[in-house]
Amino acid sequence: MSFHPQMPYGEGWHRSQRRVPPDGPPFAFTPENLARLEDICSHYPPEQRKSAIIAALYLVQEQQGYITGNAMQHVAGVIGCAPAQVEDVVSYYVMFFTRPVGTYVVQVCRTLSCALRGAERVTEALCRHLHVSPGETTPDGMFTVVEFECLGACDRAPVIMVNNEHWHECQDPDKVTELVDALRSDGVAALSGCHLVKER
Amino acid sequence: MDPVLTKHIGEPNAQTLDFSLQHGAYAGLRKALGMAPDEIIDWVKKSGLRGRGGAGFPTGMKWGFVPKDSPKAKYLCVNADESEPGTFKDHVLMERNPHLFFEGCVIACRAIRAKVCYIYIRGEFYHLQRVLETELARAYEAGFVGANILGSGEHVDIYIHRGAGAYEAGEETALIESLEGKRAQPRLKPPFPAVVGLYGCPTVVNNVETLCNVPLIFDRGWEWYAGIGPDKNTGPKLYCVSGHVNRPGVYEADMSVTLRQLIYDYAGGIPGGRQLKAVIPGGSSTNVLPADKIDVAASFDGLVQAGSMLGSAGIIVMDETTSMVWVAKNLLHFYEHESCGKCTPCREGTDWLYKILSKVERGEGELRDLGLLFSVADNIGGKTLCPFGDAVVPPVASTLQHFREDYETHVRVGRPPLPPWRAQEELIGAH
Ligand SMILES: Cc1cc2nc3c(=O)[nH]c(=O)nc-3n(C[C@H](O)[C@H](O)[C@H](O)COP(=O)(O)O)c2cc1C
Ligand code: FES
Repeated sequence: MSFHPQMPYGEGWHRSQRRVPPDGPPFAFTPENLARLEDICSHYPPEQRKSAIIAALYLVQEQQGYITGNAMQHVAGVIGCAPAQVEDVVSYYVMFFTRPVGTYVVQVCRTLSCALRGAERVTEALCRHLHVSPGETTPDGMFTVVEFECLGACDRAPVIMVNNEHWHECQDPDKVTELVDALRSDGVAALSGCHLVKER
Repeated sequence: MDPVLTKHIGEPNAQTLDFSLQHGAYAGLRKALGMAPDEIIDWVKKSGLRGRGGAGFPTGMKWGFVPKDSPKAKYLCVNADESEPGTFKDHVLMERNPHLFFEGCVIACRAIRAKVCYIYIRGEFYHLQRVLETELARAYEAGFVGANILGSGEHVDIYIHRGAGAYEAGEETALIESLEGKRAQPRLKPPFPAVVGLYGCPTVVNNVETLCNVPLIFDRGWEWYAGIGPDKNTGPKLYCVSGHVNRPGVYEADMSVTLRQLIYDYAGGIPGGRQLKAVIPGGSSTNVLPADKIDVAASFDGLVQAGSMLGSAGIIVMDETTSMVWVAKNLLHFYEHESCGKCTPCREGTDWLYKILSKVERGEGELRDLGLLFSVADNIGGKTLCPFGDAVVPPVASTLQHFREDYETHVRVGRPPLPPWRAQEELIGAH
């Protein structure tokens, strides 16, 4: 019996469980990325290189697009820790991709403040326009649509983020379909950035 | 009250060192460098500054817990994880006033005798990280950060550490775990971070807005600071107003301001002449207040008296078209997704609550499900290592308490027609 007599324990996957992706192709950091990683490691005491695991994984993602078993082995070797420790981190944090994703990963905020201002309709329009469901990638490998939790810019709701880095704000169903078309032709230059980057 | 923290945020180049210096940046640091660490802590205590991260803990007292004679290194970790739904004040401060922020970090390091400060910034704030890195390099060059700060012999290094998407990383011990290269999961307390924190060393974790308040205390004096706002709720405060209002945004006021003023005067009221239904006053983890309870001071103590909390000052406004069952479901999706999984009641309970709420929201629930919601929520609150478990309860318990008729409508009549801002079909997909 679970801790509540009327409820059974869930069977779904939880982020606190380790999930190891396929090994994938061989992986090693480029010399430039290795140098960048060593620079980041220097921010921490010499015996605490593990603090740079997240940074190393971002570099993997930058270099290869997503994280594979081989990449995690390599990171563990460079950092000097057990591969299991890297695996723990990869499965826990939502900004790491463990399978190939589209050129543009469109991350739509779905939490309350954005939802109150129409985020559901933004996702709906996006999915209709691209013929995908949330979590899926278009067959041409251009777009992956993902729902995200509060991005911390609720005054500009609904907010979207692209590829973990680029922001665009105050969306509605029409704007977002125009935006993905513009992304296709102009790349991330189509995004306005955050409201505060531009002077108000 | 005239804005102090956000006075210049709308002006071009407000984030640059030149602009900041023209408007008095690092004046507080100059004064603090002439003071002994204990004196700095004393001033912060006398100012009455309370932490802006959520709990409102007195900042001077927290700094005072760091053992002075410990031979170990001491650390300042800045909580720039800002992930509480409805909160975006640290975002604005870091982007538009980074030098005030660095100044606060250096003063705090001097007070607790730390040589290293890590700014733990949420992964999604990459655009802010770039602003911070540019401005930090300028502050280093000008001698406000680094070795021998302004010729005082003080040495403080500031590093920016990027997270990767986890709400729980905002909890102070989970933040420390994440900084150490692990999953963001909380530690058992005690020992508290002030004694055993980052790398086993004495550590202070402070919120960005808290640290931005520190230079003001030295620049203008603790008496000035303590004179702003009601007793025990001192200093300028940032409020994040979002949801169904005409002008969502960050507003600065002293803590005598009421929720009504913030919603109707600052944020311009509800669009389309619609009626207010409910307000979440301090981020999603605080009790929702019905429309007739908004004539209260938006202060730490005022909101506790009103039956809620100031929390992170994320004010989420909902108009009459909102179903509170759907609100609870939306938020439980968040908590279910963000639970770190370390404690069973939270990991399993959030999933149960989300499933029950989804069923009720679709109009397929039964009246006894409402009791079950209470019962499951009650078995999470107070039964977990960190306050995440307690944070799950308000969206369920307070909506059930104040808006039971919404739940009963969903159960007896079925789901009401959807307002135009909601998608008309349920999207099925991974999250
Ligand atoms: C689940 C959870 C999430 C939190 N998220 C944040 C956050 O995003 N930012 C923050 O400053 N504090 C957050 N806190 C509060 C911190 O644990 C801590 O109290 C705060 O950073 C202390 O800073 P202060 O004393 O300056 O307020 C969170 C707490 C919990 C339990
Ligand atoms: S709810 Fe979307 S940014 Fe906060």
